[in-house]
Amino acid sequence: MADLEFTLRKQYPAAGTSGGFTLNVSLECLSGITVLFGASGSGKTMTLDALAGFLRPDVGRIVLNDGILFDGGSGACLPPQRRAVGYVFQNYALFPNMTVEQNLAFGIQHLPPLERTRKIREMLDRFGLAERAKSRPAGLSGGEKQRASIARALIPEPRLLLLDEPVRGLDHPLREDFYEILHSVRERHRIPILLVTHDATEGFLLGDQMAVFGAGEIVQVGTPEQVFRHPRNPEVARLLGISNIFEGVVEQLDPMANHSLLRTPRFSVNLAYLPGRLRGDTVKICIPREQVSLVPAGHGSSAGPHDNRIPVHILEEVFTPATVRMKLQVSAVDPHAPKTPNTSTDTQDTPLIEVEVSRRSHRKMKLDQQKDWLAELPLDSIHVFDA
Amino acid sequence: MVQALTSIDWFPFWLSLRVAVIATVLSLAVGLALAYALARFEFRGREALDSLITLPIVLPPTVLGYYLLVMLGRGSGLGRAFEALFGTPLVFTWKAAVVAAMFHSVPLLVKSARAALESVDRNVENAARTLGASESRIFFQVTLPLARRSILAATVFAFARALGDFGVTIMIAGNIPGRTQTMAVAIYDAVQSGNTLPANLMVLLISATAIGILYLTNRLQVIKIP
Repeated sequence: MADLEFTLRKQYPAAGTSGGFTLNVSLECLSGITVLFGASGSGKTMTLDALAGFLRPDVGRIVLNDGILFDGGSGACLPPQRRAVGYVFQNYALFPNMTVEQNLAFGIQHLPPLERTRKIREMLDRFGLAERAKSRPAGLSGGEKQRASIARALIPEPRLLLLDEPVRGLDHPLREDFYEILHSVRERHRIPILLVTHDATEGFLLGDQMAVFGAGEIVQVGTPEQVFRHPRNPEVARLLGISNIFEGVVEQLDPMANHSLLRTPRFSVNLAYLPGRLRGDTVKICIPREQVSLVPAGHGSSAGPHDNRIPVHILEEVFTPATVRMKLQVSAVDPHAPKTPNTSTDTQDTPLIEVEVSRRSHRKMKLDQQKDWLAELPLDSIHVFDA
Repeated sequence: MVQALTSIDWFPFWLSLRVAVIATVLSLAVGLALAYALARFEFRGREALDSLITLPIVLPPTVLGYYLLVMLGRGSGLGRAFEALFGTPLVFTWKAAVVAAMFHSVPLLVKSARAALESVDRNVENAARTLGASESRIFFQVTLPLARRSILAATVFAFARALGDFGVTIMIAGNIPGRTQTMAVAIYDAVQSGNTLPANLMVLLISATAIGILYLTNRLQVIKIP
């Protein structure tokens, strides 16, 4: 039984220049962190707002710990005040007219004064805000504002915590701090935590579960590991930053040898047997650029029969602080490729293979001495899209 | 000079002050409620209501006064209701001057207060909601304090407008010396009957008050209260 379970549908009719929008999502969450990941405008924040009670879905149902927050069928809809949901807003939304202490006190007015003071003390200490107790939000740093906002949301002991892009606008070290804070919150409060982000790496880092949003719908749900290894479709892969996405035609299928061969416009790829596919089917695959390796051409032939070694030359190099990203162009048309009349100069739209290697291995490659390379696409790193 | 000052009838001054204070307090209550409704709720005819509230600003005062005379006169439903409730008629009493003043200060307050309330971050109010605060607590502890500077400035402005109404006042409260004669009306009266000295003094007094109020509103908008 999930701790939080919801199905939401809300339709915004087209108005003026905007083409209308339909939110149609359904998700189950256990305690722990569920990352809502997707491009801006895909309905992530809208989902949080519906859970908090700021917007009323047309139809649907929200059940939190067996309690109904919203039920479109019976018309039951708890106001935000009675949902026990903590919300950390993107701009933190601290009360500017109150001190940090007063901000924390706001949600626990019903407690006796001594209890209230004790809880505020405890929170201030826990979030490193003891010295800023009497400061107003305008006098706080970005990190302090964020911590105050989390402390304020947690102090009434919510049954669900929502965070909307909490690290947006924070410097890198502060992000790391936040990740630690979030982990401690996760350990301490055994409640579902929903975190909205459009940063794939952050989603991978923080999530126990990851829900990928696309145009108002949840396209894929799974552990971050599953989502990254098996993105449901090329759109999800692109959102995750996986750039090597190729389309090809199934040319060979051999269940006995657990082998199949896919022909893309410029090269062929050996794959494991593709159950349920026929020869001639169009199939899309992807391989993360970190999984591709480059070996000098003509160096030994230790490759197994089904490994993929594609002759390439390096077209472009982009240096990041720790890695080098390279765009590779396939050198020669695959000798097995069918000779079609228009294969002559259509290199424009043939996809490049991208590879990312560490700066260290890049240095070892001795690029100046070597012009011809083989891009190696390991069989077990290639993901085949379902549809 | 001293003789001139003592010879002046101070009644219009005190009446104007009383009318303006009462009108401002009432306008603040009515204006805030209307502004809150306009800023926070979507309902049919919202913008129509906003235009209706703004109408007194553009309508000639005598026209507005005539409408009110018809609507609030002793023969009208509202007039009779007032008389039944308070035992005295409304029109041609100082209370009518309060109503007249309100028709100038309410539109001003609604306009500024609506803009001020709309500028308050919705997330901040929503945060208060998730923390269990009732809507009235949110209004008085979050929204209003955040909008208070603009509303305060608008209130001072509204007070100044209430102090100086002429057209509507003379239509519905009349010009009864010692009972409904406010400063603005008294100045008109004094000039008409050639009493230049009291007219000049009252004009100076009103001008000084107006300048003082403008200075105050500017200060309110500039100083940042920590």
